[in-house]
Amino acid sequence: MNRPTLSWKLYIAAFYIFLFAPLLVVAIFAFNASPFPSPPWKGFTLDWFTGSGATFGKPGVLVDPIWLDTIANSFKVAIPVALLAVVIGTVNAWVLERAEFPGKTFLSMMMLWPLVIPGVVLGISILAFFSRVANGLEEWLQTDLDFLRPGLSLVVLGQLSFILTISTLIIAARLRKFDRSLEEAAFDLGASRVRVLRTVTLPFLSPALIGAGLVALLMSFENFNTTLMLVGSDAPLPITMYGQMREGATPAINAVSLLLMLGVGGIASVFALTSKAER
Amino acid sequence: MSRKPAQSLTLFLLLAPAVLWLGVLIVLPHVEILVLSFSERVAPRVYAFGFGNYLEFFTEPLYWRTFARTAIMSILVTAITLVLAFPIALYIARVAQGRMKAMLLLLCLLPFWVSELVRTLGWMMLLRETGVISYMLQAIGVTDQRTEFLYNDGAVILGLVYGGLLFMIVPLANALESLDPSVVEAGFDLGGSRWTVLRRIVIPHAMPGIVAGSIIVFMLTVGNFATPVLLGGKNGLWFTEQIYAQFITRFNWPQGAAFGMLLLLLSSAIVWAGLRLTGQSLGTTLKQA
Repeated sequence: MNRPTLSWKLYIAAFYIFLFAPLLVVAIFAFNASPFPSPPWKGFTLDWFTGSGATFGKPGVLVDPIWLDTIANSFKVAIPVALLAVVIGTVNAWVLERAEFPGKTFLSMMMLWPLVIPGVVLGISILAFFSRVANGLEEWLQTDLDFLRPGLSLVVLGQLSFILTISTLIIAARLRKFDRSLEEAAFDLGASRVRVLRTVTLPFLSPALIGAGLVALLMSFENFNTTLMLVGSDAPLPITMYGQMREGATPAINAVSLLLMLGVGGIASVFALTSKAER
Repeated sequence: MSRKPAQSLTLFLLLAPAVLWLGVLIVLPHVEILVLSFSERVAPRVYAFGFGNYLEFFTEPLYWRTFARTAIMSILVTAITLVLAFPIALYIARVAQGRMKAMLLLLCLLPFWVSELVRTLGWMMLLRETGVISYMLQAIGVTDQRTEFLYNDGAVILGLVYGGLLFMIVPLANALESLDPSVVEAGFDLGGSRWTVLRRIVIPHAMPGIVAGSIIVFMLTVGNFATPVLLGGKNGLWFTEQIYAQFITRFNWPQGAAFGMLLLLLSSAIVWAGLRLTGQSLGTTLKQA
């Protein structure tokens, strides 16, 4: 089995071409000087990134308020999601690895559950439940509670519902490898609990904390299914892209995609580097 | 062991975020759609308990046909993904060495860090009537006019298989990694053909990876929304689209909630059946992935 046949090798090569063909096409046509994202090639241009819209009637991505707003919306969701995922994930990891209490096995099974629920179902269930809560509270308090209605705050909650599982698993895996005698040594040397946490435990966990934060950031940026059910009038990037793709877009969408690929590639390589440092 | 009050307070504070998360974002919302799915509108703004939403599903052919179509196509997609991914995983795990191996695996991972919508955009640009493949076929003279490859079942299956490949390759490669080369040698020494060794030794050994990969790919496929809608167009007909239509377009939440419960049931049932048929448990399966 160690001497691969020629047909096997050809299959591997064809597979990798298949894997990268769609991404290459998206990247290449971001530079096509044509109002449509399709062949033929009409020459190289950067107009779809920085153009003022004089040539094609539509401005480039980096100056178009529609795209800039949608990118800003994505950050408004992704940053709180990443921060909360790291903080709550750390507490959860602590519960899983350090605490002893009845029902712990049940709780750890429950934490895995969000991964097997379809994203669309997560979205509609959170939408329906929070609408009921909002209706009840608004009647009682006689004020409008917009943050419980479809919008960016509900998107944050919806994404957290399953991203928390991932961040908990990443941080718990690192905490499991921690040598408890290091903490005991610090206690013996007279350090307080807070000080041990700050100078011994958290520095050990930091690669996993950064890793979990980056994964949460990426998953939030890319989530479509759950987000679609919870958006209000401010759409994050995948929702805007979806709308444009249904209507028939200009190469501006290729430019956005290329920027996204570069951003994601950057974050992924930081993640790869931190997880390498972990080993 | 008796607990001091301070200790149980600490435990309470540590448990609070997990309980809030699972309670407010998972359990209560699912109770809500379960209750909602059993409510019928009897008069404007008046709802009563009833099975009407589920009856509607079984009596309206569009709904149950879309449901059955989604289930069957998802199983088909999972099978195709498994067949396509197996030789790749076997090559990465058993043949490639050192840096080549790391690079092949990394190259598999890269496209999947990119948004699903970017990947779908790529396929739309390749397949549509004014797209790259149609243009090239005409340019080299295979066809004398533009051809539409988009908006059919083939395009939907292609897009879904593409999206599932990574989630199949990684668990498969992990499972194959632990296969002892001497067992394979022994198989050949005893006169087994390449095919016999594959069927009797390699595939049984990879079973945990096959189950893990298939379950993940099936779940992702059945719950997908963007790929079938964008690549299939009007012919996409995916069940998630029906849920979206009831909830967002038609504002019929009880009907949408019933559809949501049915999708959850389908996804759980297939996962459970897959585990039972192959005698694997969910815990070890998730660990494989």
